[in-house]
Amino acid sequence: MLYYILLRMMAAKSNFFNAEERTFRLSLSAIALILILILVGIFCTLLSASIPSIQASGWKFLFSSAWDPVTNDFGSLPFLVGTLLTSLLALLMVLPFSLAIGLFLGEYYTEGRVSQTFKSVIELLAGIPSVIYGFWGLFVLVPIIRSIETSVGVIPYGIGLFTASFVLAIMIMPYAVSITRQVITMVPRHLKEAAYSLGATRYEVIQKVVLPFSRSGIFAGILLALGRALGETMAVTMLIGNTHSIPHNIFAPANTMPSVIANEFTEAVGTIYTSALIEMALLLFIVTAIVNFIGRQIIKQFAYDDK
Amino acid sequence: MRNLIIALFATIALGSCGNGQKGDNKEAQANAEGGILGAGATFPYPLYSKMFDVYHNSFGTKVNYQSIGSGGGIKQLQEKTVDFGASDAPMNDEQMSKSPAAIVHIPICLGAVVITYNLPGITDAIKFSPDVVADIYLGKITKWNDKALIKLNPGVKLPDLAIAVMHRSDGSGTSYVFTDYLSKVSKEWNDKVGKKTSVDWPAGLGAKGNEGVTGMVKQTPGGIGYVELVFAIKNNLPVGQLQNKAGKYVPATLQSVTAAANVELPADMRVSITNTDAADGYPISSFTYVLVYADQSYGGRDEAKAKDLVKLINWMIHDGQQYTQPLNYAPLPTDVVKRAEDILKTVKFGEKQVAI
Repeated sequence: MLYYILLRMMAAKSNFFNAEERTFRLSLSAIALILILILVGIFCTLLSASIPSIQASGWKFLFSSAWDPVTNDFGSLPFLVGTLLTSLLALLMVLPFSLAIGLFLGEYYTEGRVSQTFKSVIELLAGIPSVIYGFWGLFVLVPIIRSIETSVGVIPYGIGLFTASFVLAIMIMPYAVSITRQVITMVPRHLKEAAYSLGATRYEVIQKVVLPFSRSGIFAGILLALGRALGETMAVTMLIGNTHSIPHNIFAPANTMPSVIANEFTEAVGTIYTSALIEMALLLFIVTAIVNFIGRQIIKQFAYDDK
Repeated sequence: MRNLIIALFATIALGSCGNGQKGDNKEAQANAEGGILGAGATFPYPLYSKMFDVYHNSFGTKVNYQSIGSGGGIKQLQEKTVDFGASDAPMNDEQMSKSPAAIVHIPICLGAVVITYNLPGITDAIKFSPDVVADIYLGKITKWNDKALIKLNPGVKLPDLAIAVMHRSDGSGTSYVFTDYLSKVSKEWNDKVGKKTSVDWPAGLGAKGNEGVTGMVKQTPGGIGYVELVFAIKNNLPVGQLQNKAGKYVPATLQSVTAAANVELPADMRVSITNTDAADGYPISSFTYVLVYADQSYGGRDEAKAKDLVKLINWMIHDGQQYTQPLNYAPLPTDVVKRAEDILKTVKFGEKQVAI
């Protein structure tokens, strides 16, 4: 059955009657299909394992703020809000940096030692494990935030929404920066030269030619960064305070979906408790898919039409 | 090109073959050597590590213990993938009824949960009463210079600092013991929150593991948290003095924790000794158990394996006890050892008792 699907897919292309061509195409298509099957498989597994919780809580799960393992009353709203807030805050913090570094490396220092150093440093940042960021945050950032909190007048926990978002911003920066940089270098020279020939200054060229052209690409980089931020577990769970409530100010502790799953899954006893955590994973899966979809639509909107 | 693809598929096929074989070999090897497999609580892991190492050197039997948590230990035992499970909290009736066969609980040692705090500049030990602890964790007492705390600590200059409450973010036996204690001493806690390895904490922040709570309390001025006694001793944390049921302020020492077990105990040892009646006992103490099936003739096990297991547990409750105190775990009192022996004698292989 699968073979015929693949055969039909390939019949539409040329070079079909060359056996080597056909084998190559077949194996590539098969491997690509495996990827889709894995994705569908994950979704189905999550869905089937969360059925006990769906039956117990229903739609209330999406809107309830309760999280009581003793009475089996579960709601995902605080975690949903926490995940979205940390990711969006991290994104807001990263945006000016990614634009600035992208322009610096894409427009001003495209080659040479400065460029190489920066590129290596940024790649190194991307390679640091999540747990190390968590530890760094705990030992270096938290005391600083604590002193800020004492001067503002809040309880000096140190950990909370702001700390987690800050560390998350540092973690997702390499992804946004590298894509922004690449997209900015891809602005066609004839467009920039036309602007220069009309008397535009460098700043004006950047503002009116480079940035509008690379808008969709920059947004794609931001989307990639957001995708990473949504799923980030270890660093966030060490720094967010793990409180099952919606944060009421930026320094308050909160909790995110991956963090609560990582913390409570190993010791979760009882079908509904485990099932509620799996339903949370399903919700995270769906939220990531929705965010990706919206992002891609926006990228399409922003894409610079060259014609 | 074609050769490359064939080579790729061949590698993948061979790779997956190899893994399957390795897994079977390991299991066969473990069975052949008479190795024992256990999983469960993280709290006694340092003690069990030491015990099993000594046991291996003395008797040659290898014991493999995975500290995946009490809940995991119970689950694995119910699925018969391990020879014994380990849990801080005794199994409740729902878990017992869900198990495929009867499971017995054998206490191995005692642990305690202590209150640690961070009050900069104060060196005296702070006294707490059960109501005050419950109210702090319910979020009703929010400052260190609250009237209730001042009343309990007349000579101490408690600062006007907010209490930063810390609890565990991950499910844990420590949380179970602590919430079990709070449920007994505070009706409001019992009605509102209850006791479980993970609860809906009314106040405070969560940190992962005993280390997380320790770290957070150490770094936050005004912080308060609950950790295992072993941790507090090892890290020199300031420990609060807790008033026990008899009204005494008992310091948390290994002796007072062992003394907490000097009460009327049920035959199956599924008991909670928090808020103990013992006059010298520390109020937040608990047993940690090893769980095995009462009838060892399941799943193709042979009598030799059952004998090895019973021999191991028997050693743990007798000679193994000498390793508890150096590692800061409280040993079992003598009559509890006798109870544990009695339970061990009920472990059967089919119809016969497993001879030790």
